[in-house]
Amino acid sequence: MISGMDAIIREHRFFAGLDEPTIQLLAGCARNVVFKPNQYLFRIGEDANEFYLIREGRVALDVVTPGHAAITFQTVGEGEIVGVSWLLPPYKWMHDAHAVDQVRAIGMDAKCLRGKCDADHDVGYEMMRRFLPVLVSRLQATRLQLLDVYGTSA
Amino acid sequence: MLARPSSDPMVPQVARVVASRRELGDVWTLDIDTGAGGFPFQPGQFNMLYAFGIGEAAISISGDPSKAERLVHTIRSVGKVSDALARLKAGDTVGIRGPFGGGWPVAAAEGHDVVIVAGGLGLAPLRPSLYQLMANRDRFGRIVLLCGARSPNDILYRHELEEWRSRLDIDIDVSVDHASPEWHGNVGVVTTLMPRAGFDPARTVAMICGPEIMMRFSAIELENRGVEPERIYLSMERNMKCAIGRCGHCQFSSDFVCKDGPVATWAHLRRLLSLKEI
Repeated sequence: MISGMDAIIREHRFFAGLDEPTIQLLAGCARNVVFKPNQYLFRIGEDANEFYLIREGRVALDVVTPGHAAITFQTVGEGEIVGVSWLLPPYKWMHDAHAVDQVRAIGMDAKCLRGKCDADHDVGYEMMRRFLPVLVSRLQATRLQLLDVYGTSA
Repeated sequence: MLARPSSDPMVPQVARVVASRRELGDVWTLDIDTGAGGFPFQPGQFNMLYAFGIGEAAISISGDPSKAERLVHTIRSVGKVSDALARLKAGDTVGIRGPFGGGWPVAAAEGHDVVIVAGGLGLAPLRPSLYQLMANRDRFGRIVLLCGARSPNDILYRHELEEWRSRLDIDIDVSVDHASPEWHGNVGVVTTLMPRAGFDPARTVAMICGPEIMMRFSAIELENRGVEPERIYLSMERNMKCAIGRCGHCQFSSDFVCKDGPVATWAHLRRLLSLKEI
């Protein structure tokens, strides 16, 4: 465990209100990471071994089709999460993620955390309770994007 | 300059377009000379603009209420009438009836934080209220403007947004539904900007304008964050014809949007906006 990681986790919005034993447990799976502008956090198809809690900066989530420019479908900023594919098999990223500007984040070892969730279902429940609203709000946002409510312009 | 002023709300006054500029691919702004008498209006009100020989359309007023000598309308070309209006050039004449409807509660928002949520062309009817808010900046708490657009190329009044942002006394955030990686701004629906916007829900007045579904989700998100439904205002759009509540074309439940709206509270609209029958 990196010294002070528990304090960083305690301060992050996503983990607000967690009890001390769980924070200590999470800190054992965490590391500090920094990404330079345009550096990729991960690419589509790679193993979802780590997800990120953004502390500073902004990350763009992109999809790419061969022969076409990438399309950014969401940006994620301070206090938010990058990466949910680590939660469910086959644990593969479904899109790219790159840093828009310099990004400081907490990288959470997904395999480590999955193991701790399996070993202690209270921790697993707590993680699901925090990730589910993120998934639901992203689903709702995606639904709105698909509706293309602003219509077409020339 | 307006000619043949009439007290009959059904008779259009004739005015001259003095400038026309393209805002976006299919969106144009007209400046219309209203002469020495001016054309007083409240932010959020609309006019019926008459393209002679073609027809009339309800268009929100998008200019500065303190500059009544020049009427400003931003128009998206979506049909015969709006296309004819959008094509008007300096020197052309246009018929005007108005102003109609109730406006944004700018005066009632004094002493409160003000959150303005604009989607697409919805920034046009909100712009007059922004002019008033900025002209009387010290009377309001925090002012937050959240703008949503389809893509970076569809951001309305982009240069003006940059100017306003440089004032540093108004928080402006823009998000687009999708973009290429060259875009360094936010991507996602406009509601995703709300958690980052620093306003006090308990003392906030919100004004929302845009596509109806975007307004609905924005109002729900604001209410979830603790803004009172009575302090969330939406601007409705319906097929307005007479604009004085006689013809019934814009009937929305028991309301006539032209006369009872277009601005109404979320407390009033919440149930109605989920009924597909009306």
